[in-house]
Amino acid sequence: MKLMWFHLMPYTDLPEDFREKNPSVWVDIHPELFDPEKAHTMYNDFMDELEHAAEVGFDAICVNEHHANGYGLMPSPNLIASSLARRTLDTAICVMGNSLALYNPPTRVAEEMAMIDCISGGRLIAGFPVGTPMDTCFAYGRNPSQLRDRYYEAHDLVMQAWQSDEVFAFNGRFNQLRYVNVWPRPVQKPTPPVWIPGGGSIETWQWCAAQDYVYAYLSYFGFQAGRQTMHGFWSEMDKLCKDKNPFRAGFLQFVGVADSYEEAYKLYKEPAEYFYGRCLHVDPRFAMPPGYTTEATIRAKVQSQVVQAAGGALQRVGPATDFDEILERGYVIIGTPDQVAERLREVALDLNVGHLMLLLQFGNMGKDVVRHNTELFAKQVKPQIEGLFEDEWEDRWWPQPMARPQAPAQVQPMAAAE
Amino acid sequence: MTGPTEFFADVNGEQCRVWEQGTGDTVGYFAGFGGLPRWTAFLERLSAAHRVVAPSLPGFPGGLGHTQLDTQLDWVLAARDLIVESDLDGAALIGSSVGGALAAEVAALWPEAVSRLVLIAPMGLYQDDDPPADPFAQRPGTHNALFCHQPENYDALMATPNDVDHNEWQVLSVRAQEAAARLLWPLGETGLRKRLSRIECPTLLLWGKEDKLLPASYAERFAEAISGPVEIATIADAGHLAEIDAPDAAAKRIAQFLAAG
Repeated sequence: MKLMWFHLMPYTDLPEDFREKNPSVWVDIHPELFDPEKAHTMYNDFMDELEHAAEVGFDAICVNEHHANGYGLMPSPNLIASSLARRTLDTAICVMGNSLALYNPPTRVAEEMAMIDCISGGRLIAGFPVGTPMDTCFAYGRNPSQLRDRYYEAHDLVMQAWQSDEVFAFNGRFNQLRYVNVWPRPVQKPTPPVWIPGGGSIETWQWCAAQDYVYAYLSYFGFQAGRQTMHGFWSEMDKLCKDKNPFRAGFLQFVGVADSYEEAYKLYKEPAEYFYGRCLHVDPRFAMPPGYTTEATIRAKVQSQVVQAAGGALQRVGPATDFDEILERGYVIIGTPDQVAERLREVALDLNVGHLMLLLQFGNMGKDVVRHNTELFAKQVKPQIEGLFEDEWEDRWWPQPMARPQAPAQVQPMAAAE
Repeated sequence: MTGPTEFFADVNGEQCRVWEQGTGDTVGYFAGFGGLPRWTAFLERLSAAHRVVAPSLPGFPGGLGHTQLDTQLDWVLAARDLIVESDLDGAALIGSSVGGALAAEVAALWPEAVSRLVLIAPMGLYQDDDPPADPFAQRPGTHNALFCHQPENYDALMATPNDVDHNEWQVLSVRAQEAAARLLWPLGETGLRKRLSRIECPTLLLWGKEDKLLPASYAERFAEAISGPVEIATIADAGHLAEIDAPDAAAKRIAQFLAAG
């Protein structure tokens, strides 16, 4: 099983009364709440944390894209990924990912990801999310009724641009380019592995199956809430006569490890309550732009996690914000290394997921605690579960680096911000 | 009411329902947000002395094919095709809200197609100094208060009929919102302003006094830009969809305007 270290890069200094005084952490979060000098420290701490995760042996480090978002400070994950590509050697770099429909022309994504693949020597995982309504329709003004068609067309363009041996013209519905010629080209052939982060839509599952892509369910609500979705995914794979290779899937889980359960409770209570209380405070008015959800999905009454987070019309109960309830509902798994390993083994087997994406930093968790969590996990949890699935199944969706990637020069780490 | 007769117009190979009722001078009607899920009191009143023809725009209840429409030109041509296919060419035309944005386009680009134009709080313009509310960023269950002065009037317009599957009806009403978004996202600005001066027919701008979506200042903007003679009238106790809130007053004022022609 692959154990991947995921950073959302949350702004860690939202005021205590944020939830009471602000309508939303996303889209119209007040500009005055952002302190660039504090963000200087945050960004550098976060990048240190990602690099540290690579040092201690996580299989991948992951970044993702959000816009106008108080819990995700990476409008451009590619900027962070390119720096990580320089500062790490063997670890896969998972950009989870670029919302294809937001780029004009989408060949920009093909170019930047090819750059990261070249710099890293072929360690890139290319994530292609549609993107949330808040990011795509509201922050980036994309028409919700056209978003998916634009996304699929951009995907076709990027994949063709990576693989074509010739300069070609692209006459799409939304993109017209007389000369498509992505220079540089990716190291990995025919393309870097493509992963699709998605919610619970049947069309996405079918599309992943048809394209042979990894489906990654990035839920913030843990394994209990994720069961229905992942079981739905596997039953759809079964219908489509696909094998049960667990490496077809990825799943996100918040984890806090400590030497005792009591210590874990003490360490992770505040950051968890910060995340679920302040970071997931999304105004429901941004959750359902008309056209974003397909009619088939509306018919299937599948509700997105966005709606869950927003406590929208379909959701009777909002997300838990109290730590005991957070733990009870399984949003966050805490405990000793043995306890955590046991739970994660159960989760991986139950959901049949070969790519576990772990949030070991969440909310306002400080750098020291992140380091502690990361190290304990790497040293004492990872060895217990990393062998899962590996004998039985081949991970055909993992990066294939070039033979001898160049080691980064021994540069002095930049002076960490105070 | 016995209800209108129904036929279907072909737009880009898709079927769009057309309702027709009454005798007299012909007047067409493009509905606003939510479309025309059922025959309304407003159309009933108006059809007492007119032949009322109400085509459904693509994506609105009764109409399909909005997902083919990618550009403003696509939408305008669909509206024009509907006018022709519904035998409304040369008749008077009422456009409300979303339908108003397209009725104005047809009147601007095909001056002979519209004899007299009624725009009820038409969309299509966005002013930085007096922005409309965002109809697409509303909390679930609050659209009724944005579109109608009396929210229950919008609820009654959209309510699931007894003999129809509730979930399918929900899909239909979400589709109507999607069609509006497809045309108007993100600001409601369609570039219509550049073409308004081409409207030369007599025009009535009708505004609900309690419109919470589109400020009354937009009536002035339309009036300034349209070349033909313009009347502005407000309807008391009515919101954005003034003809839904105040069917009698709206029908009466419109009938008066049409009779002057």
